Amino acid sequence: MTQSPNNSQPLDAPRPTIPLPRGPVPQAPPERERRSIEIKIDGESVAVAEGSTILDAAKKLGIDTPTLCFLESLSPVNVCRVCVVELEGARTLVPACSRKVEPNMSIRTDSERVRLSRRLVLEFLASSVDLSTAPAVHAYMDRYDAHPERFGSARATVAQPVIIDNELYVRDYSKCVLCYKCVEACGVDAQNTFAIAVAGRGFSAHIATEFDVPLPDSACVYCGNCIGVCPTGALMFKVEYDMRQAGTWNESRQTQTDTICPYCGVGCDLTVHQQEGQIVGVTSPVDHSVTHGNLCIKGRFGWQFVQIQPVDPDGK
Amino acid sequence: MDLHFTDAQATAEERVAVDSEMGAPESSWQSGQRQDSDRRDNDGQSSERPIGDTRTAFAAFGGDAHGRRHRLLPVLHAIQNRIGWISPGALNYIGLRLDIAPAEVHGVASFYGMFSLQPRPPIVAHVCDDIACVTRGSDKLCADLEGKIGPAGSSCSGGRAIWLRSQCLGLCERAPAVLVTSAGEKSHERVSAPASADAVESLMDDAAQGRLPAEPDVLNVQISVPQSAQNRAGKESEFLPLRLLHRIGKGGAPTLETYQKLGGYRGLRKALDLGPEGTLGELAASKLLGRGGAAFPTAKKWEALFLQRDLLRHDPARAHCVICNADESEPGTFKDRILMEGDPFAILEGMTIAAFVTGARQGYIYLRGEYALAAERMQRAIQSANENGFLGDNILGSRLQFNIEIRRGAGAYICGEETALFNSIEGYRGEPRNKPPFPTQSGLFRQPTAVNNVETLVNVPGIILEGGSAYARLGTENSAGTRLFCLCGHVARPGVYEVAMGTALRQLIDLAGGVVGSGKLQAVLLGGAAGTFVGPQELDTLLTFEGTRAIGATLGSGVVMLFDDTVDLRQILLRIASFFRHETCGQCVPCRVGVVRQQEALQRLVIAKPLGSVTQEVAMLREMAQAMRDASICGLGQTAASALESAMQRWSLFA
Ligand SMILES: Cc1cc2nc3c(=O)[nH]c(=O)nc-3n(C[C@H](O)[C@H](O)[C@H](O)COP(=O)(O)O)c2cc1C
Ligand code: SF4
Ligand code: SF4
Ligand code: SF4
Ligand code: FES
Ligand code: FES
Repeated sequence: MTQSPNNSQPLDAPRPTIPLPRGPVPQAPPERERRSIEIKIDGESVAVAEGSTILDAAKKLGIDTPTLCFLESLSPVNVCRVCVVELEGARTLVPACSRKVEPNMSIRTDSERVRLSRRLVLEFLASSVDLSTAPAVHAYMDRYDAHPERFGSARATVAQPVIIDNELYVRDYSKCVLCYKCVEACGVDAQNTFAIAVAGRGFSAHIATEFDVPLPDSACVYCGNCIGVCPTGALMFKVEYDMRQAGTWNESRQTQTDTICPYCGVGCDLTVHQQEGQIVGVTSPVDHSVTHGNLCIKGRFGWQFVQIQPVDPDGK
Repeated sequence: MDLHFTDAQATAEERVAVDSEMGAPESSWQSGQRQDSDRRDNDGQSSERPIGDTRTAFAAFGGDAHGRRHRLLPVLHAIQNRIGWISPGALNYIGLRLDIAPAEVHGVASFYGMFSLQPRPPIVAHVCDDIACVTRGSDKLCADLEGKIGPAGSSCSGGRAIWLRSQCLGLCERAPAVLVTSAGEKSHERVSAPASADAVESLMDDAAQGRLPAEPDVLNVQISVPQSAQNRAGKESEFLPLRLLHRIGKGGAPTLETYQKLGGYRGLRKALDLGPEGTLGELAASKLLGRGGAAFPTAKKWEALFLQRDLLRHDPARAHCVICNADESEPGTFKDRILMEGDPFAILEGMTIAAFVTGARQGYIYLRGEYALAAERMQRAIQSANENGFLGDNILGSRLQFNIEIRRGAGAYICGEETALFNSIEGYRGEPRNKPPFPTQSGLFRQPTAVNNVETLVNVPGIILEGGSAYARLGTENSAGTRLFCLCGHVARPGVYEVAMGTALRQLIDLAGGVVGSGKLQAVLLGGAAGTFVGPQELDTLLTFEGTRAIGATLGSGVVMLFDDTVDLRQILLRIASFFRHETCGQCVPCRVGVVRQQEALQRLVIAKPLGSVTQEVAMLREMAQAMRDASICGLGQTAASALESAMQRWSLFA
C-alpha cells in the first residue's frame, strides 16, 4: 500500500446482517510446538526448529548459500545442486535446500569438496545455458572462480530460438537452467493448470507444452506465475523483452510500488515496476500471505489500460 | 480437474488401443456417453464422480486416491504397440481417459526410449552396437545393414520397417543381438541372436507379412546356461551344486507342476510354518546381500517393513508393497532375464515370502520393456500361481493375501534405480527421488516399500528351506552364498554362471573356457557400464564384495566382460560415455551436463585433439568425475565416471 488514508476519522462499521456468533471468535489452532535441534555448521553450533533445512540453519548463522532451484513457496526439487554441503559421515554431498536437520549433524559449507562441486555445477550451467540475464549466478561464479569457457567452443549447449507466440510473455529456453520452478508454479504448487511440463530426457530435457504447441493452443491461462519464479530470465514479460531488444531497459531507472490489485476481492499484493512513467512489469512478494508471489492474468498483465492514457508530465 | 486439450482427435484405432487397456469410457468426462451421473452441479452434491478402473489390485492403495495416473505407462505401451507411434490425438485421448494434463502425458511419453512421438514405420529392428556386441561383430552387422538398407533410420520392407542402433539389449551371451518389434493389432517381438544382416532383413520382411513366429525368443539353455544339466553329462564333478540355476531348462518350458516337482514352493511352506519373525531370522542368519548393485542386507530391508506392520492394522490408508526390480539394463547384464525365462516361479515364491514377512498385499514386477519372452513367462507363471492358490486371497490355505502385477519398463535405464522405478509405476517421469526418505519409509505411492533384485529374490526360498546359517557357510565371511555372473565379450563360452562368492576371477574365466579373440586378455570390465575395469594382473582377485572393493572395483550387477588385446579400449570407454549421455534422466545439473562434457572430452582425446594438453584434459575429467560422484542425486551420476576412472588409473590410454 502506498499511502494510508489521510482521513483518520473512524468510520462507522457496517452493521452485520448475519448475527455474529455468540461464543468466542474461532481461532486457528496454535502451531504445534516444534522441537529445537542443534547442529554444527563450520564448527559453530546453531539451533533450529525440527523440520528446518540445513539452508535455514546456515541462514541463521549468516552463511550465504547459493541456490537456484530453491524457492520458499515451492516444494524443493533439489536438482540444481549448487547448494550442496558436506555432511560428516555421508558418502556424498547433500543439498542444503532440502535436507532436514537431524540432531548432531556436522556440516561444512566451504570445504574443498563443496567448493569443487559448486564450481563445477556453475561451470556446467554457464557452459550450456545463456546466463546473461541472471546476474545472481555471475556473482556466484566469481565467488567460486568458475571458468565455463574451459570446455571449449564446440561444446553442446541448449541454444535455440526465442519463442514469441503471445503478446504477454516470451520464452527463451536458451536461458533455461531446468530448475523445474515454472513447472511447479504452473502445477500443484500454485496454479494447477499444468500447461507446461518437463519433456524429453537427459541433456535434451526441456520445458514444453504438449508436442510444443504454442501457448495460445495450450492450457496456459497467462497467470504469469512461471515468470515470477524463473531465476534466469528465460521467461520474461514481453514488455521487458522488447525494451531489452531496443536497448531501453534500465533497471537503475526503475521504481517499485506496492499496491493491492483492484480487480477482485481476494486482495493480492502487487509490486508495480515502472520506468519513465511506464509500467514495465508486475510481481508479487513471495512472502505475502495472500499470494505467495502468485497472481492471475488480471493482476499480472491487466495494466495495459493504464498506459493507454498519454503520460501526464505532472503525474496527475 | 478441468483439462484443456488441443483439437487433435484420436483415430478409432487409437481409441480401441486405449480402451482395450482401460475398458470403455464410463462417462462423458472421459469421452463416453453422457449420463445423468455425469452432471456436476455447483452445489457439489449430485455428481458422484465415476471412479476409475479398479480392476487392478492397486485398490489396496486406496482406490481412486491415486487417480488413474498409474495406468499411464501401460496405456502408452498399448498405443505404441498398436500404432507404432503416439500421435497428438492419441495423447489427448489418453489425457482425457486418465485425467492427466496433456503436457504431462507428453512429458512422460517423451521420457522413454521405446515410445515414438513422431510417425514411424510399425516394424523396427533394434540393432545392438553396445560394448559386448562390439566384441562379436556388431560393427560388421551394422556395416552390412548400412550396405543393404542404408544408414540407421533408413526404411525397408516397402517402407513398413526401419532399423535403428540400440544399446545393450541384455542378450550379450548371444552377441551380436537384434530385437525386432512389430506394432499392429497383434503386436509382436522377435529376437535374432547371434544376428546376421540377412537374418535381420528377412525377419523384417516376415514381420511386414505378419509371419513372425509366435514366441518372441527361444531360451536355449545349452548356450545361455553353460553349467546346465544338458552340458554336464559325464563331467558332473566339474560343477558345484547349483542353487540358483539348477531348475533352468529341466522339464522344458517352466510350469507350476515341474517347479513343484523340482522342490518349488517348499521354501514358502516352511516360511508359513516359521512365521514372519522366524523367517526374518533365517534371512538375517543367511547374511544375504542384495544382488542389484548396492549390496544392502536383504533382512534389514524387510525388517524395516516388518517393524511397521502394526501401523497397518490401525490405519486402513496404509499399505506395504514389495517390488521385484527386473529392469536389468546395465550393459553386459542378462542374468535376471534368464532367471525370469527359465525359473519364473522361483521369483514369485521369493516375492510371496517377502510379502509374508513385510505384510505387503501387493507386489509389482518392474520388467524391462525389451524383455518380451521373460514378460510372457512371468505373466503365465502369475496366472498359473493365481489359479492354483499360490497367489491370491488365501495362499496355501494360510489366509495370506498377495497379488502380483507386472509393469513393463519402456526403454529407460534409470528406471532401474528404485525411486525412479516408483515414479515410473506411478505414471510420472522416471526421475529418481532424493533420499531420505528411504523406500522402506516412503516408496511406491508413498507407502513403505521393499525393492529387491530378481536374483536376490530367487535366493530366498532356498535360504528359508535350508536355513540361514547353511547359506552363510557358502562363500566368504562377508559375502555369503553364491552369485550369478554374466560372462560375455571375448570369452569362449559366454553365458550366466553360478559360483560361490570368493571364487577367483581367473577361475571363473577358466570355467567359461578362457579368453578367445586373439587369446590375449587386455582388460575385464566388472559390473557393467557403472562398474570398473581391471587388468590381467588382477585375475587373482576374489569375487566378493570386499575383495573387489580392495582393488577399487565392484561386483555391480555381476558383469564379467572380457576384452582381448586387439580392442581399442578408448572406443569402449567412448561407447560407455555415450551410454550415460543417452541414459541420464537429466534432472540434476552435475549429471545432466557432466555426462555430456565427459563424453566430449573423451571424444577429443580419442581423436587426439585435446583442448590444451592431454594432461589438462585428464585433470578436467577427474574434476568432473568428482563433482558427479559428490553432487549428483542418484547412483547413475555418481558412477558415470567410474569405468573411465578405473581405466585411466590402470592404463595410459591417451598419451
Ligand atoms: C542407475 C541405476 C540403475 C539400476 N538398475 C537396477 C536394475 O536394473 N536392477 C536392479 O535390481 N537394481 C538396479 N539398481 C539398484 C536399485 O536401485 C536397488 O538398489 C536394487 O534394486 C535393490 O535390490 P537388492 O537389495 O536386491 O539389490 C539400479 C541403481 C541405479 C542407481
Ligand atoms: S502463465 Fe500461468 S498457466 Fe501459463 S504456463 Fe505460466 S504458470 Fe502456467
Ligand atoms: S524456464 Fe525458468 S523457471 Fe522454468 S525451468 Fe527454465 S529456468 Fe527454471
Ligand atoms: S544423477 Fe543423473 S540420473 Fe540420477 S537424478 Fe541426477 S540427472 Fe538423473
Ligand atoms: S538450491 Fe538446492 S539443489 Fe537447487
Ligand atoms: S546385447 Fe549387445 S551388448 Fe548386451
